[in-house]
Amino acid sequence: MVKRKTMGIVLANMHDALVKGLTDNRSLASVPFAGRYRLIDFHLSTMAAAGIGDIAIIAKENYNSLMRHIGSGKEWDLSRKIDGVHLYPPHLDAAYTTYSSGKINAIHNILPHIKESSSKYVLLIDCDHVCNIDYSEFINNHIISEADISLMGYIPESFDEKTIVGNVAVIRDENNHVVEIAYHNAVKPQKDFLLSMNVMVIARSLLIELIEDAYNRGSAIFERDILIPNLTNLYIRSVGFTGYVRRIDSMAAYLATSMSLLDEENYNALFLKERPILTKVNDDAPVRYGLNSQIKNSLIADGCIIEGIVENCILSRGVTVKEGATVKNSVLMQGTVINTGASLNYVITDTFATVSEARVLTGYESYPLYISSLSVV
Amino acid sequence: MKETIAMLLAGGQGSRLYALTQTVAKPAVPYGGKYRIIDFPLSNCINSGIDTVGVLTQYRPLELNAYLGDGRPWDLDRLSGGLHILPPYQKADGSDWYVGTANAIYQNIEFIEQYEPSYVLILSGDHIYKMNYAKMVANLKEKDADCLISVIDVPLEEASRFGIMTIDDNNRIIQFEEKPEHPSSTLASMGIYVFKWDILKRYLLQDAHNSNSSNDFGKDIIPAMLAAGENMYAYEFEGYWKDVGTIDSLWEANMDLINPNVPFDLWNDDWKVYCRNSGNPPQYIGSNAVVENSISTAGSYIDGTVDFSVICEGVRIEENAVVRDSIIMPGCVIKSGAVVQYSIIAEKSVIGHNARIGERPEETHNIDEWGIAVIAAHLEIPDGSVIAPKAMVYGNDKEE
Repeated sequence: MVKRKTMGIVLANMHDALVKGLTDNRSLASVPFAGRYRLIDFHLSTMAAAGIGDIAIIAKENYNSLMRHIGSGKEWDLSRKIDGVHLYPPHLDAAYTTYSSGKINAIHNILPHIKESSSKYVLLIDCDHVCNIDYSEFINNHIISEADISLMGYIPESFDEKTIVGNVAVIRDENNHVVEIAYHNAVKPQKDFLLSMNVMVIARSLLIELIEDAYNRGSAIFERDILIPNLTNLYIRSVGFTGYVRRIDSMAAYLATSMSLLDEENYNALFLKERPILTKVNDDAPVRYGLNSQIKNSLIADGCIIEGIVENCILSRGVTVKEGATVKNSVLMQGTVINTGASLNYVITDTFATVSEARVLTGYESYPLYISSLSVV
Repeated sequence: MKETIAMLLAGGQGSRLYALTQTVAKPAVPYGGKYRIIDFPLSNCINSGIDTVGVLTQYRPLELNAYLGDGRPWDLDRLSGGLHILPPYQKADGSDWYVGTANAIYQNIEFIEQYEPSYVLILSGDHIYKMNYAKMVANLKEKDADCLISVIDVPLEEASRFGIMTIDDNNRIIQFEEKPEHPSSTLASMGIYVFKWDILKRYLLQDAHNSNSSNDFGKDIIPAMLAAGENMYAYEFEGYWKDVGTIDSLWEANMDLINPNVPFDLWNDDWKVYCRNSGNPPQYIGSNAVVENSISTAGSYIDGTVDFSVICEGVRIEENAVVRDSIIMPGCVIKSGAVVQYSIIAEKSVIGHNARIGERPEETHNIDEWGIAVIAAHLEIPDGSVIAPKAMVYGNDKEE
């Protein structure tokens, strides 16, 4: 039997409600991002790079696109004879009344997998952050620290009390011991704090013990019902992440995070040569730039045909911008077609949307106009 | 058992590509931004429903082998059949390199026999085209022919570069001349053959025992079969087909992708061309960039001027650098102030600041000496260098 150090659990739907529209027909984990990726790619690629070859993805709803994306897992080198990646659909409870909800239920439903695993540790990830984490380092430092649980977080660039709503804040002492966890409530942390990245590592045996206990007591929320009550019993350690990280927690954040990649420093910090981000291959042809195309400060994925004006945009695979069309400050997802004379500013088009001739669409930086998948404007 | 299997001849050096094939076999030469030449016959196979392909390698196979891998990029990683790399191998009574195209197939008769095929398709890794081989096999069955040779009409002045055929009203081949000095027709062999396997096998065995033979399909097998009166037909192909065996033809074939008047469309999903994916992020076009009439692909960073050019994966073109009418192969860096015109820059070479590579024909002093400039792979061209048009700059690891 292959002995593994760490297995991974990815919770695909944990924060779907934050970005309605984008998650109407898909999980947050499979939201398209940066031209050719889906959010889960940033975690699957880096977990695989850290040698984590046994990964369970727990889906709750609308996981069609996620299943199609993951396939056999081959693209991440996770289609393996021993272990590999497995996708777990939702589980009806014993009374056949409700689908599992909450992280504790979700993990409880795959306990047989966790119990069967040979690994010593479990890495838990929610897929709501865009980042490129060295999970090897994170896990090794966790082992050295002899902590029970390590939580990863970051210091936000700007912070107001509102930021903490919908987030988990971790308040720590000078030794990085977590002393307080603010969960979904507007508290003003007095001490040094981190915003949680919903990335944690824990010993497998301890996870099983905590989940079984919490489940039996009818608890649902990992932070509220497991972490907070155990702040003194367990050594919960915080780890400050200093690389590029953004949370996708609103449509505006989705746009801002997309746009942040037009800064070369951010682009280079996310797309690291030593830990490339892998994804399902679509076999698109290269980008074709037409006779009168004008492109400035944009990310363009393969398969695009650009004959118009594109500025400050992220164009996914197979987008067409016809001659005389102007697209600025926008994210166009796969297969979007922008026809002649159309003009877009601060717009997010979902997959295979069509904008007809001479349409003028304008959103605002803090409130981008979202055009849903397959719609024709 | 497989009804049709393909054998792809990929062992040639492609010596007329000079510096570009210094370290790789011709089929592994980059083309069209994200492809290698061999992607075209392999994609044609899978799109034609042929899932068993033997790839015969010999010259500089390492990069090609790594590229082919298990065949998954072309959906050729199969439980039965799939892609097999076939290098020359040692036998009990000695070992031989592949000495000719027919000899290469002859040495792999055992591989072919495993699949008990009715038909064997012979392909090469030298051409850019999209073709449904299944239609060709169907045509062979319909005619109950022993061999079909795919042909295309070429200009008379180019005809002596090819195997030239004379056919009757039923497309039956009457005469075949390999690279004739005075061609009697303009119907050129595309180097794509389909044979009934039992017939081909018989001729391969005969040919192997003929010490006067050069063991070549065009020079020996086809003439021998014609002389014996076998049932051989031309299969006329209409569409884009380009031999990329020379610097000029490779450059033209790339430029054809940009030319809207050339009917060759990589963006049509009906007949996708597959390739190994490098996992690069989307390309970044910077605030100072001017990109027109060009194609480029993932992993590139362009902040300079690019016009009428093909930019491959992971290329960096800095601010104030100019690339016109050129092919920049994967991983190259064109530093600021450099001007690259009518050139092919092979993989991972670096063009220094303010260097000038090649020249436009309309600006050159001596048009008779003008041509495409070529920089071999892994070279560093120092700042301010001037490389003349038609120059061929080789790498340090040039073989003696």
